Amino acid sequence: MNTSAGSTLVFDAVGMVYPDGTEALEDISFTVSPGEFVTVVGPSGCGKSTLLKLASGLLTHTSGSLTVDRDRIGYVFQDATLLPWRTVQKNVELLAELHAIDPAERTRRAKEAIDLVDLTGFEGHHPKRLSGGMKMRVSLARSLTLDPSVFLFDEPFGALDEITRERLNDEVLDLFSLKRFAGLFITHSIYEAIYMSTRVLVMSARPGRVIAEFDVPFGFPRDEHFRFSPEFAELSGEVSEALRMSYA
Amino acid sequence: MTDTQRPVDAPSSTPHPVPSEVTATSAVFYPAGGTFGQKLRLLVGPLAVFGSVIGVWYLLSWRYLAPLLGRDGGADAAERLRNTLLPYPHDIVQESFLNGENLAELLGGLWLDIKLSFLGLAIAAVIGITGAVAMSQAKWIERSFYPYAVFVQTVPILALVPLIGLFFGFGFGARLLVVVIISLFPIITNTLFGLRSADRGLHDIFTLHGASRWTRFVKLQLPASIPAMMTGFQISAGLSVIGAIVGDFFFGRGERGLGNLIQFYVNRLQPEQLWGALAFSTLLGLFVFVMFGWLRTRLTAAWYEGSET
Repeated sequence: MNTSAGSTLVFDAVGMVYPDGTEALEDISFTVSPGEFVTVVGPSGCGKSTLLKLASGLLTHTSGSLTVDRDRIGYVFQDATLLPWRTVQKNVELLAELHAIDPAERTRRAKEAIDLVDLTGFEGHHPKRLSGGMKMRVSLARSLTLDPSVFLFDEPFGALDEITRERLNDEVLDLFSLKRFAGLFITHSIYEAIYMSTRVLVMSARPGRVIAEFDVPFGFPRDEHFRFSPEFAELSGEVSEALRMSYA
Repeated sequence: MTDTQRPVDAPSSTPHPVPSEVTATSAVFYPAGGTFGQKLRLLVGPLAVFGSVIGVWYLLSWRYLAPLLGRDGGADAAERLRNTLLPYPHDIVQESFLNGENLAELLGGLWLDIKLSFLGLAIAAVIGITGAVAMSQAKWIERSFYPYAVFVQTVPILALVPLIGLFFGFGFGARLLVVVIISLFPIITNTLFGLRSADRGLHDIFTLHGASRWTRFVKLQLPASIPAMMTGFQISAGLSVIGAIVGDFFFGRGERGLGNLIQFYVNRLQPEQLWGALAFSTLLGLFVFVMFGWLRTRLTAAWYEGSET
């Protein structure tokens, strides 16, 4: 386990069988260190979300071993999951509130996070009056208040239009460059997977196993040029090929 | 990100309130924004219907019922009542509302029913919310009590009222009991539904960050339950008025509520006042319904996706 020394997130031969007997994950091994951004692609129902639930502690794995630094964990879901009766400001303060951080500090952190996701001026709005993209940014800001060392993303931008999704990808990468957290990001999109990550994992159909792993050896910041470069296209082809195999 | 301001999908710097889609009904009950002229236009439909109904009423009274009366002046009491079922609206106003003595009698009845329904509703709210909260926190409490809540709801109130009279007499307390029984169930079910309505993902967030049961209740389940709880109140408010009047009507003795008065006017062949009593009880029901609708809008319109305005 020398390779995982200093890693914030270590999956070692992790398996997960649900109480009803469904085998969701089998023999999953990988690590994510601070400053790494790992994306996971795979067929629907392959247990990608289960992976994050295990990492966060919402579920407990049934075999293997799992080490996560859960003191400061960020978790962004498919939906923004905001409290509809709270304003943007109060929603962003929620996690600090649950961690009993004092009100002055809470407010300060929320202001800073809201500023980081470019929502300054919308503090007093209720989620009802925000677009889908803005809600996701409130959700991001909420996690940022804990200054996460591990940041989990469960297909956060799947429901958004492409332009909004690409802009939010850039925002997350900016945050990543700034905070150097250990990122684990689930997605359906090969392009999103490559654009965002330092490493792409491809999973098989249920029970989910990691069947391929690709390094993405390109630096940050990334931009449109990267998205349309030959190297990007080539890597997309390889990941796509592996993903096709996973469906077989 | 700090140095590049990306205007992503953010609207312009001056956010506009969401335009409110207002139906005619909700505009009458809960007048929203708009110029005076717009509001007036929304009232045209309901007013036209009201005018037509009054017109038909006059026509029926004048064309059919009045001649019957005139032709057969010596009819017996029952027939006279039948013939005067539809007195002229202005006679109703004259007899019920402009005659001081009759008005005092009706207002006395109305006041008793207001006290009954409001107090009964308040008691039902306390019991109902407490019950729903207890059921939401422990499955065994729900399993033990919920069937009896359904039982109380399904037992015919008309059968129950005489029993209550026998056991508890015909006073204020017994009538209050009728009101509480009739208005309890919608508050329990709607509040329970509301407490359970919080998004699964939100529960996960509270779990993830180690929220206590109390924190989860106060910061998540309770606020999430407000819209449904208010709907329960609105339904129960209407029922509480019915409960008060049904109680009066069947007890038929003791202090006079509108229910007693209705029976009294039927027996005394006073159709004008009978209609007056009906009008007052309807208005009371309408008033509490609108009041709770307003309260619900007031509490939830700013944030609830399903709210009317």
